[in-house]
Amino acid sequence: MTFLSPLILVGMILLISYLTQLNSEDKRTIVVVDESGQFETVFFNTDKTSYVNLSDQGLDAGKEVAKDDAYYGLIHISKNPETATNPVTFYGNETPSFDYIGDIEDRIEKRITDQNLVAQGINLTVLETAKSTIDINIENFSGESSSKMSNWVKAGFGGAAGYLLMMFIIIYGNMVMRSVIEEKTNRIIEVIISSVKPFQLMMGKILGTTLAGITQFAIWVLVGGVLLVVLTAFFGVDPSAATAVNPAASQAQQIAQDPNMMIELLQEVQKLPLLQLVGGFFIYFIGGYFLYSSIYAAIGAAVDNETDTQQFMLPIIMPLMLAIYVGFFAVIDNPHGTVATVFSIIPLTSPIVMLMRIPFEVPLWQIILSITLLIATFVFTVWFGSKIYRVGILMYGKKPTYKDLIKWLKY
Amino acid sequence: MNSLLVADTVSKKFGDFTALNDVSITVPEGSIFGLLGPNGAGKTTLIRIINQITMPDTGSVTLGGEPLQQHHIRDIGYMPEERGLYKSMKVGEQVLYLAQLKGMSKAEAKTRAKHWFEKLEIGDWWGKKIQELSKGQAQKIQFVVTVMHQPKLLIFDEPFSGFDPINANLIKDEILQLRDEGATVIFSTHRMESVEELCDHIALINKSNKILDGEINTIKRAYQNNTFDIGVQVVDETAFAKAQQQLASSFKVTPAQFKSLGNEHKLRVEMGDNGTPNELLSTLQTYGQVTHFVEVIPSVNDIFIQTVSQNK
Repeated sequence: MTFLSPLILVGMILLISYLTQLNSEDKRTIVVVDESGQFETVFFNTDKTSYVNLSDQGLDAGKEVAKDDAYYGLIHISKNPETATNPVTFYGNETPSFDYIGDIEDRIEKRITDQNLVAQGINLTVLETAKSTIDINIENFSGESSSKMSNWVKAGFGGAAGYLLMMFIIIYGNMVMRSVIEEKTNRIIEVIISSVKPFQLMMGKILGTTLAGITQFAIWVLVGGVLLVVLTAFFGVDPSAATAVNPAASQAQQIAQDPNMMIELLQEVQKLPLLQLVGGFFIYFIGGYFLYSSIYAAIGAAVDNETDTQQFMLPIIMPLMLAIYVGFFAVIDNPHGTVATVFSIIPLTSPIVMLMRIPFEVPLWQIILSITLLIATFVFTVWFGSKIYRVGILMYGKKPTYKDLIKWLKY
Repeated sequence: MNSLLVADTVSKKFGDFTALNDVSITVPEGSIFGLLGPNGAGKTTLIRIINQITMPDTGSVTLGGEPLQQHHIRDIGYMPEERGLYKSMKVGEQVLYLAQLKGMSKAEAKTRAKHWFEKLEIGDWWGKKIQELSKGQAQKIQFVVTVMHQPKLLIFDEPFSGFDPINANLIKDEILQLRDEGATVIFSTHRMESVEELCDHIALINKSNKILDGEINTIKRAYQNNTFDIGVQVVDETAFAKAQQQLASSFKVTPAQFKSLGNEHKLRVEMGDNGTPNELLSTLQTYGQVTHFVEVIPSVNDIFIQTVSQNK
């Protein structure tokens, strides 16, 4: 399965990008009936859409043609578009996409606006040359310049790391929990627990699963990456087509296509605090994963089967979701704001939020404080977990409540 | 005889429920010790305390004179009532893994495992998964896992449940042999008759309290009541009826239950301190042929019921 999963994943990506291309290759023909006669030049043929102008035949005849020839639709523009209540109407069998409607609206709006401007005596070429674009150059006081691109790169790095950690926690934390439950249902637990201490068993389980998880992850990334490159070259399918719908991704694509921007991107990557980033990634990745999987293990110890785990999932999923949302909104908006800072110090959210903040250069004392708290909480949860373990593993057939768990601590 | 294991006034509470109340036991070295009592009496809790799975609230446990410590787990082999192994793991790997958890080296574990697999004639199971074995076969593996690290103290919780009679006997013989080689054995069971014949010492536990313990023969002697089951082939019915009345005036006489081929009178006579077996026998002889004359030795079960009802 370890080797098969990346194959399946790559297959899926290729399939999706192929289907996306197939979907958008559908060519549409649309009838235009323009009674005002002002918009003829607005509707020019593109790769995906071609227009048939039937303005001289009128609306009803146009409809007939569109229906008979099974055209995608018909656009009707009334005689005096400036004054009519519904100047433009689209007729069709199905509702067209928002993108398409927005595109048509933009074109007609621009034409009417231009006409209004001309009517007011404004020269359009002058207006066009008067337009200006500004790129603000950002420098810190020691003279190092950065750019918007650098914020992009930092947010990208932080976001990817945080997201990766969350996925890792959910997948492999669950694995720890299932292996605890498995030992309970197999009833081997009493033999094991009479040989090693619950604390040792729990630590061993977490460490073992982590190593297995990292190995599996590495295999996926390596095999998946290689396969993707090879297959892309072989089939000539563009995998980024699958993500092109996403504006952020298309910007990334744009960057990739522009050699100047590519160089700037590489320079920005080099300027990142790489050592801090890699070190922070390892510490928070491992610390965060350990913390969460110790909670997972405790849950596994408390219950009998996987269905009973649902009620205890909230304390895991809530801080994870919170961390991701805080990360993607608060941190990217203002990496050193109060919310971002506080959440990067609170142990349950700190691994993800701090990982996202580190590219923006965090003061050392905050990192030290947050790591200390993280480690302390981890040791506490493992202790707490092994307490629950000691009692929970030997309790069969009873669905525990939070109240029971507190009681078990006293046993 | 030296005591291997001493539990001194051990108590354990789970919330409001008292699982053990000041229980003390002494297990002599080289003995087979029966920990007997009904379900829920607290036997398993005591065993878990000995295995350091749970900690006692008060009281102490010593093994070989030392208070229980982490390293003592190597000296104990424990077969819990809830048995289980990793189902999808191969038998051989599993046995080696569990032996190494008990502190054996891999090479040592391999030699010992081979020895046991040959002895129990299960060598061809080595590469099989547990889920391919039957329940009884898995139990054999469980037994090997329990004894493989040559522990000083063997603890079996409900040892024979789940074994068919042939395998139960096989395991019983192995346990006896291990005892002869120097191991001390603790049996815990609620089916008292099943291990009575094996044990030389017992402790009875009921409702978290120890109600009786000691050497089994001493206990039985204390509870034996000069009681005999008799069978008489009577010649003169009327005379015997009169004699029976006479017996009943000085002893407790009840109908006895035992198997016989004839239609003799069957009686159970409890003489207590009021008579001797010889006197009884000579009296009976005068009425006919005595076909049955056996002393009733109290079973642990009888003793248990008697003690519990006395304590009420």
